[in-house]
Amino acid sequence: MALLAVQGLRKSFETTEVLKGIDLSVGRGEVLALVGENGAGKSTLMRVVGGYTPPGAGTLAFEGGPLPGGVDAAEARGIVLVHQEFNLAPHLSAAENVFLGRERMRGPFIDRAGMERDTRQALTLLGCSAPPRARLADLAVSDWQMVELAKALNRRPKLLLMDEPTAVLSAPECERLFACIEAFRANGGSVVFTSHKLDEVKRIADRVAVLRDGEIVRIAPAGALTEHEMATLMVGRPLSDLYPEKPGRLSDAAPLLEVEDLRSPGHVRGASFALRPGEIVGIAGLVGSGRTECFEALLGLRPATAGRFRLRGAERALPGAREAWTLGLAYLTEDRKGKGLLLDKGLRENLLLTDGALSGGPMIDDNAERVVLEEAVAVFSIRARDRGAPVRALSGGNQQKLLVAKTLRPGPELVVFDEPTRGVDIGSKQGVYRVIAGLAAQGRCCVVISSEMAELIGLCHRVIVMRRGRTVGEVAGERMTEQEIVRFAMGLEEAAYV
Amino acid sequence: MSDTALVVRERAGLRGALGAAGPLVALLALVLLGAAVNPAFLGPDNISNVLTRSAIVGIIAVGTTFVITAGGLDLSVGSMSALIAGLMILAMNTLLPFLGAGWTTVLLGMGAALLLGLLCGGLNGLLVVKGGVDAFIATLGTMGVFRSVLTWVANGGSISLDFGLRSVARPIYYGGVFGVSFPLLALLAVSVLGEVALRRMRFGRHVAAIGSNREVARYSAVRVDRVRVLTYVIQGVCVALATLIYVPRLGAATPATGLMWELEAIAAVVIGGTALNGGFGRVWGSVVGVLILGLIQNILNLSNLVSPYLNGAFQGAIIIIAVVLQQRRKPR
Ligand SMILES: Nc1ncnc2c1ncn2[C@@H]1O[C@H](COP(=O)(O)OP(=O)(O)OP(=O)(O)O)[C@@H](O)[C@H]1O
Ligand SMILES: [Mg+2]
Repeated sequence: MALLAVQGLRKSFETTEVLKGIDLSVGRGEVLALVGENGAGKSTLMRVVGGYTPPGAGTLAFEGGPLPGGVDAAEARGIVLVHQEFNLAPHLSAAENVFLGRERMRGPFIDRAGMERDTRQALTLLGCSAPPRARLADLAVSDWQMVELAKALNRRPKLLLMDEPTAVLSAPECERLFACIEAFRANGGSVVFTSHKLDEVKRIADRVAVLRDGEIVRIAPAGALTEHEMATLMVGRPLSDLYPEKPGRLSDAAPLLEVEDLRSPGHVRGASFALRPGEIVGIAGLVGSGRTECFEALLGLRPATAGRFRLRGAERALPGAREAWTLGLAYLTEDRKGKGLLLDKGLRENLLLTDGALSGGPMIDDNAERVVLEEAVAVFSIRARDRGAPVRALSGGNQQKLLVAKTLRPGPELVVFDEPTRGVDIGSKQGVYRVIAGLAAQGRCCVVISSEMAELIGLCHRVIVMRRGRTVGEVAGERMTEQEIVRFAMGLEEAAYV
Repeated sequence: MSDTALVVRERAGLRGALGAAGPLVALLALVLLGAAVNPAFLGPDNISNVLTRSAIVGIIAVGTTFVITAGGLDLSVGSMSALIAGLMILAMNTLLPFLGAGWTTVLLGMGAALLLGLLCGGLNGLLVVKGGVDAFIATLGTMGVFRSVLTWVANGGSISLDFGLRSVARPIYYGGVFGVSFPLLALLAVSVLGEVALRRMRFGRHVAAIGSNREVARYSAVRVDRVRVLTYVIQGVCVALATLIYVPRLGAATPATGLMWELEAIAAVVIGGTALNGGFGRVWGSVVGVLILGLIQNILNLSNLVSPYLNGAFQGAIIIIAVVLQQRRKPR
């Protein structure tokens, strides 16, 4: 008997049907992967099973009995959902988050020590060294994901639903997560997860369900589908090469930007590099190596000093945030929800937040803005039926596409993409890569910070590696391989790098 | 897919419309109630009286809308008004021997008031934004400072405007054109300007963005500090404008001038549908909110059902109810 059986499940938001009759079952000890384009309905399906939204029609059965609605009922039966967007309290400690709503008591008092001990244990199991007492706001995004997982596992689930758990993790962290899933499964637990990284789907899933526009178009053992077949099923048309051809590069072009000995307290301890027009430069490094902070410091988003900073050949002070933007230096944040988009506002307000107006004057020109929005929606294939609805109602991947569109306004010369394809489906990833290559071909400079090695190697002309807040090496051409990058990132190769 | 995508809807829906019209419905209900309670209520004298009185707090509430929409708070508006009134009168009285009891003196007094409003608002803004003091504490502090300075200048008593000047300045409050009083005209002008700035200008979009998520605004190259300080400056100028219109009626500034105006202004803004935590604001709503508060007071005065002394209790209760309703409407 299946652990979870879903039959004829339908779900609509207002007038649009998001799930159109889903039949699905999950067995005990099984790992099922849900794949599909952005907006296909993966998260919605998980939320219905997890009791976060009621189904429109159809039945849900768990361990043979019907499943009453509501999160509490679902959790009581052993179904726990880890959301795509984090659901944590930033001002509480890791331990407090893990035990939130389930605080362990000793008499009338909260058993803080016990909770912290258990949290440490759970996090260690996940290979995460974050201290249980640390305030969440002080931890990295990858640690947040691990705290979310520890929190979910602490509820002792029989069925664990994970919505894009690896989106914010780098390769070694993913490995530890997979090991944990393996252990969980070995103890009889079942897992349903979504991911846009099809290689990991193939590796850890037993079965794969491909979702397209709210319908399951194929369920098959993971071994029976190649990555390419999955991608084709997802988008409904054959996909060409994922990475576009690298635009030709003028290696003798004068640098657009040069920085020496960039420092930012606590994170960046000496980064030096030069960026030229028309090139795509990758930035690699382990989580915590200061990649994000380095570029935030460079673009005025955090306090910083530099030994020397040159822009278009002219020496000057590091710019402030607004100044950087006026100088044509743009940054796409990795923290979409916290720093990227106003979730309560519509697409237009988000896309045109900075330059708004368009008329050049202080007034907003509605018609011009609508035209720009429709253009962006078309270019980035953003799926949003209701343009006025808050961005919160978009699927995660579509939010990411909107963020890319927003960052590229009005036409920066240097764009730093921090994890640009996080949570973006494979078809749209291809779209984002095309955009980046297109920018470079126009003579703009693109920096790509990514935890996905394949992305860096497939997309970039050269890759700069950071380690512990310093730039420690650079690879290009023949030497641009995963092993080589990892050697620098882990500190196995301490080449003199200027 | 693309066919449905072509249907561009800009957030209409019955629920949205009702939510937007809420304050208007309440206003209408109050008008009907007033008419039922006392036939004199709908008389032109009474209506114009209520409107003119509401105009003063209304002008202040327009500024408050900006501060709250940007996620700030200003508790000092009542005290600021008292201080501005006192110093403005003092300035005019001082100029009197040199310039005589004429419009020059009055206009210079008005200019001084506006300048002072700018400075007081700027002080609040700098304390909150550059000083990093929580808005509640910073403006609670200046609230004490402003009123106390006025009390000190007035030596505990009152600062009275010279009688000659009083009759010169009288039309500023009591006069009007085509039967519309100047205070009402001023409110109209300020609220139209405010509504345009908040809804139709880039500045307004930045104000709402900062209130919605300050980090997002900062990462979007919005001049966060400057915009936040500006909202407090706007508030200060609005207070000054309201005060300089009110002074001819008052004739004197006392330590009780503008008492509890912060409560009225904040209540009006929240009733009007501006999110108390920032991120969304509408100026016309605040104006409707002020009218609602004014009508309640007026109805209490005209009827003998409830003592008018309980007016403050009504205002306090309404602000709480408005906030509760706001939180209901939010998801989560
Ligand atoms: N609360 C909501 N109100 C209105 N529409 C919604 C809501 N939640 C989701 N949708 C819509 O439902 C569709 C499916 O969204 P869902 O989040 O399930 O996609 P997804 O497959 O998880 O995509 P992604 O890979 O981008 O995370 C989207 O078109 C989305 O805009
Ligand atoms: Mg999703």
